[in-house]
Amino acid sequence: MAVKTFAAIDVGSYELSMKIFSFSTGTGIKDIDHLRHRIELGTETYTMGKLSVEKVDELCRVLSEFADVMRSYKVSDYVAYGTSAIREMKNRKIILDQIEKRTGIRIEVLSNSEQRFLDCKSVAFKGDRFRKLVAKGTAVVDIGGGSIQISLFDKDTLITSQNLRLGILRLREELGTMYIKPSAYADIISESADSQLEPFEKLYLKDVRIENLIVIDEYISRALLTGRRKGADCYIEARQYLESMQDFLDAPASEHVRKMQMPEESLLLVHISAILVRNILRDTGAKHIWIPGVSLADGIAYEYAEKNRIIQPVHNFEKDILGCAQNISNRYMGSKTRGETLEAISVAIFDAMKKQHGLKKRERLLLRLAAFLHDCGKYITLMNVGEASYEIIMSTEIIGLSHNERMIVASVVRYTYGRFAYYDELAKTHSLDPASYLVIAKLAAILRLAAALDKSHREKFKNISASLRGSVLNLTVDTDDDITLEKGSFDDKASFFEEIFSITPVIKKMRSRK
Amino acid sequence: MAGKGKKKNFHNPKYYTNRELSWILFNRRVLEEARDKEHPLFERLKFLSITSSNLDEFFMIRVASLKDMVSVKYDKPDISGLTPAEQLSRLSEETHAFVGLQYNTYQRSLLPLLEKNGLHIVQRHEQLTEKQARFADRFFKESVYPVLTPMAVDSSRPFPLIRNKTLNIGAIVTKKGKKKEYEFATVQVPSVLNRIVELPDEGDGIRRVILLEEIIEKNIDRLFLNYNIVCAHPFRIMRNADLSIEEDDASDLLKEIEKQVKKRQWGHAIRLEVESGADERLLSILKKELDIKENAIYRILGPLDLTFLMEMYGMDGFEHLKAKPHVPAMAPEFDGETDIFDVIKKGDVLLHHPYQSFAPVVTFIEKAAKDPDVLAIKQTLYRVSGNSPIIAALAKAAENGKQVSVLVELKARFDEENNIVWAKKLEQAGCHVIYGLVGLKTHCKITLVVRREEEGIVRYVHLGTGNYNDATAKLYTDLGLFTCREEIGEDATAVFNMLSGYSEPLAWNRLSLAPLWLKDKFLDLIGREKEHALMGRDALIIAKVNSLCDPDIIAALYEASSAGVEIRLIVRGICSLKVGIPGVSENIEVRSVIGDFLEHARIFYFKNHEMPEVYLGSADWMPRNLERRVEILFPVEKEELRARILKILECQLNDTVRSHILKPDGTYEKVDGRGRIRLDCQESCVREAARMERIRKDTARTRVFVPETKYDDR
Repeated sequence: MAVKTFAAIDVGSYELSMKIFSFSTGTGIKDIDHLRHRIELGTETYTMGKLSVEKVDELCRVLSEFADVMRSYKVSDYVAYGTSAIREMKNRKIILDQIEKRTGIRIEVLSNSEQRFLDCKSVAFKGDRFRKLVAKGTAVVDIGGGSIQISLFDKDTLITSQNLRLGILRLREELGTMYIKPSAYADIISESADSQLEPFEKLYLKDVRIENLIVIDEYISRALLTGRRKGADCYIEARQYLESMQDFLDAPASEHVRKMQMPEESLLLVHISAILVRNILRDTGAKHIWIPGVSLADGIAYEYAEKNRIIQPVHNFEKDILGCAQNISNRYMGSKTRGETLEAISVAIFDAMKKQHGLKKRERLLLRLAAFLHDCGKYITLMNVGEASYEIIMSTEIIGLSHNERMIVASVVRYTYGRFAYYDELAKTHSLDPASYLVIAKLAAILRLAAALDKSHREKFKNISASLRGSVLNLTVDTDDDITLEKGSFDDKASFFEEIFSITPVIKKMRSRK
Repeated sequence: MAGKGKKKNFHNPKYYTNRELSWILFNRRVLEEARDKEHPLFERLKFLSITSSNLDEFFMIRVASLKDMVSVKYDKPDISGLTPAEQLSRLSEETHAFVGLQYNTYQRSLLPLLEKNGLHIVQRHEQLTEKQARFADRFFKESVYPVLTPMAVDSSRPFPLIRNKTLNIGAIVTKKGKKKEYEFATVQVPSVLNRIVELPDEGDGIRRVILLEEIIEKNIDRLFLNYNIVCAHPFRIMRNADLSIEEDDASDLLKEIEKQVKKRQWGHAIRLEVESGADERLLSILKKELDIKENAIYRILGPLDLTFLMEMYGMDGFEHLKAKPHVPAMAPEFDGETDIFDVIKKGDVLLHHPYQSFAPVVTFIEKAAKDPDVLAIKQTLYRVSGNSPIIAALAKAAENGKQVSVLVELKARFDEENNIVWAKKLEQAGCHVIYGLVGLKTHCKITLVVRREEEGIVRYVHLGTGNYNDATAKLYTDLGLFTCREEIGEDATAVFNMLSGYSEPLAWNRLSLAPLWLKDKFLDLIGREKEHALMGRDALIIAKVNSLCDPDIIAALYEASSAGVEIRLIVRGICSLKVGIPGVSENIEVRSVIGDFLEHARIFYFKNHEMPEVYLGSADWMPRNLERRVEILFPVEKEELRARILKILECQLNDTVRSHILKPDGTYEKVDGRGRIRLDCQESCVREAARMERIRKDTARTRVFVPETKYDDR
């Protein structure tokens, strides 16, 4: 049968939801069922770092029901992701194992950057509007329970993506501990939002003119989209948006409770979201606002469909990730040209040795990221570039990367300089799985070799071609320059490369055109 | 509405009729059918019996509820401006008069006619001939005596608990040898025995019957052997048995009453019926012991509890005095050969019960239970018949490994116990049984079948105005729609998710749901029609409901009427709207159709300036339907079906036999058929259903196939 059904489960901060999708060659992706269960996991984890037994029970009960529904649709595959509420749980490993044993559902934890990346993906798949908007300066504001993410796009590419701890549940919890009267809420929220928005504005908003705001969230979307036909979105002028939001907030609470099935305490969350968006509008000066009304589950389905080649990608997200890395490098005054040279060399080596290293497209992307970020630590110290770079990368968000992937990139950069640490040594200080360790070793070996080839930092090896002959990797360079320096340092680095791959790299100079 | 001076207050209590008083009028209309000489005699008995059981229910639920309000001094007036105390006093007058009319009908019209048709009711045991008396005594000894529990009261024994709604014989007795010390004794007329006892045939072609209580009364001395019987009379009480609060009443009342209920004695008596001319001494004992006021006493001229007439209707040998039994026709779409899913795929199918058979609905579920491609079946059940084939099919489906979710509404009035029994049965079979949402009765009627087909997941939906009850589907007029439209399928999925406790979807495609959206939807539709009228367009609303008493809807209708919308309402029961108020409701017409079949479908037609919209639903225009129940309103989107429904409505509007027209003075008058072609709307639907079935059969026989010219799949 041509139809496949797939389930996407989102264990969110205030809602547990499952969407069932059908994939078929004829009709594409269609969502056929959407179950949403209100459960505020975030409230507990953000304040106590753990979930109460009651909440775990409730979670398991609903997940078991989800499992039943999945069976009834005969789904062939599912993906369940937990976001910040699960991520910030101290005992998540134990709880997730318990949940899997009790319900049969395996929840994977998304890092913030992965989660936001999926959100962006779901927006991109919402239609043409995303493509049109990001051609100009556009800020994507993704409001979550624990934090918000602001991603800036310009000329089709992501410039930066920053996470601010301004999640609405978190803000509400903070308010709750402050003993203030409700009438003062608005100002206090606005103030605490501004304390984080201001540095963001200073650091990132100066270089780009923001025309549009895209809001991904739960509460503003519900306020403006509830009652509209399914799949509806809302694209309006900022002024118009502010008016209709004000209308909503002015209407009596009882009406919202009735119409939106929204418990009265959730109305405060609408207020908080509205204040956040209002202040961001003010700071960015965006003229238009788009509320696409998407959910993480959509992103999960698109990602799955893309991976399984059921649909064609609509936006080059890889480019976004690379663009993001280049911007980070830029911020720390890394050398762009050297980054590009290293990228070109290491990619050439990577591609020539596919069989030998057995790595895939994703690792190739990580390699390229490491090449771009190879010297960002110089900003801090010239003595210990590897360590400093490692620290910078580990504390900078790169959208679309999981925590583990970021750690790989950081480690690859680290071992491009200095001594390589072996697994037993490394495992003492890092939680590292053997598979990731091997990826680090292989990518570091390649990048080290590439760095050696560009020892002089003069891009002599920019046009390099690599080809494998038996156990010899021929690196043919097309240059008139003198490469004595490179050849000299090469042997030292080559030995590490040999150790990892059992392949000997050899430099050849070609002077065909002369 | 600019320039018309100050805006009218359409909520003015003057413009509303109290719902209880309007209900009395409804029961009067039923009673009028019992008095209508046009109907076969036994049908008239049935109508009279219905008025009696209706009145019992009315007392237990509505009057009891009003009494509760009065006893906690709740005095908020209703929409017509009457406080509960005022309503009670008006109702007392009305119900007394009503009971008078019931027995007048029984004694003056029906008894003589029965007599004429060879059925004699011996009214008092004293009238029995010697031979008959001997029979009666023997019958008593053999069949009645063993099941009786006589109870006497004296200083050492408390007054016994007289059970709600039961028929009893009360007696004043004196101990033998101790004259002048009156004691009270009572015995319940057993409900396990038939009320009607046929006396032996005397060979003259006349059949004679006597009521069971007369036989017991005749033999009462055998029950109290050590006593002398001073007098004995039947009596019956109605209790406020339902301690839960009626969902219709104000919710701020709830807490107050709950508090009161704890203090109060269980089930206070609210009505006492006693044989007229009963001994005053007996009456005063009952009055005192039951703590009942004079105006709650009904002195009855004839047998108490006329529901025995339904039993009489069941007597064989009088078929010529009954309406011909109705055999539902088969809908032409279901020819019995084509797969039911294929039929629905060809286009939406509308069923009109009981004119058309309910069988396809049962088949639909039975097929789904067996079909290997069906993944899930979901259904709401409110009231089902005793031996429901639907329950059997659902159980079967679960055994076949389908995911079966059944919403069982346990709160269905008077059916609670019954519902629990088969809910358990379904659970045992592996169905996922859900019991609805806290505080809301699930009243909507919807079935969803999820099927995996070549082109993807296809959802088949049945939506109805009536319960999934194959027995009542033969008596109630209802409409049902089969569809596999994607938008409705999506909504149906969301309905069941919601009923299982998941959040409401962010948006609905086609269905409107109470208690969340439905009232607004109606107000919008009515308002839109008003806008059309204000723009000078022809505007028309036709609505058919069982009851109309929601103040917001009525006010909206008034507003629309005053803007020039023509409004034609078919309201079987309660109608709090008043017609003919100048500047308010001059353009509104209300009629009530009382027929052999119980009018039950809810249909809403809006002309919408040449883009007519037709909706069907499970909800009446009552606050309880719109605010405290889960109800569904669904559009009929296929042009052809819309036309058919409009025809059904027009047929009712042109009826000259079954309709009662509401007058500006608040009374109803039977439609005047003089000078018009006789049109019985129910009869006409029977003919139409038969015609449609015939056409199908004819086409099948002549083997001439009519090509489909246009396929409407919007």
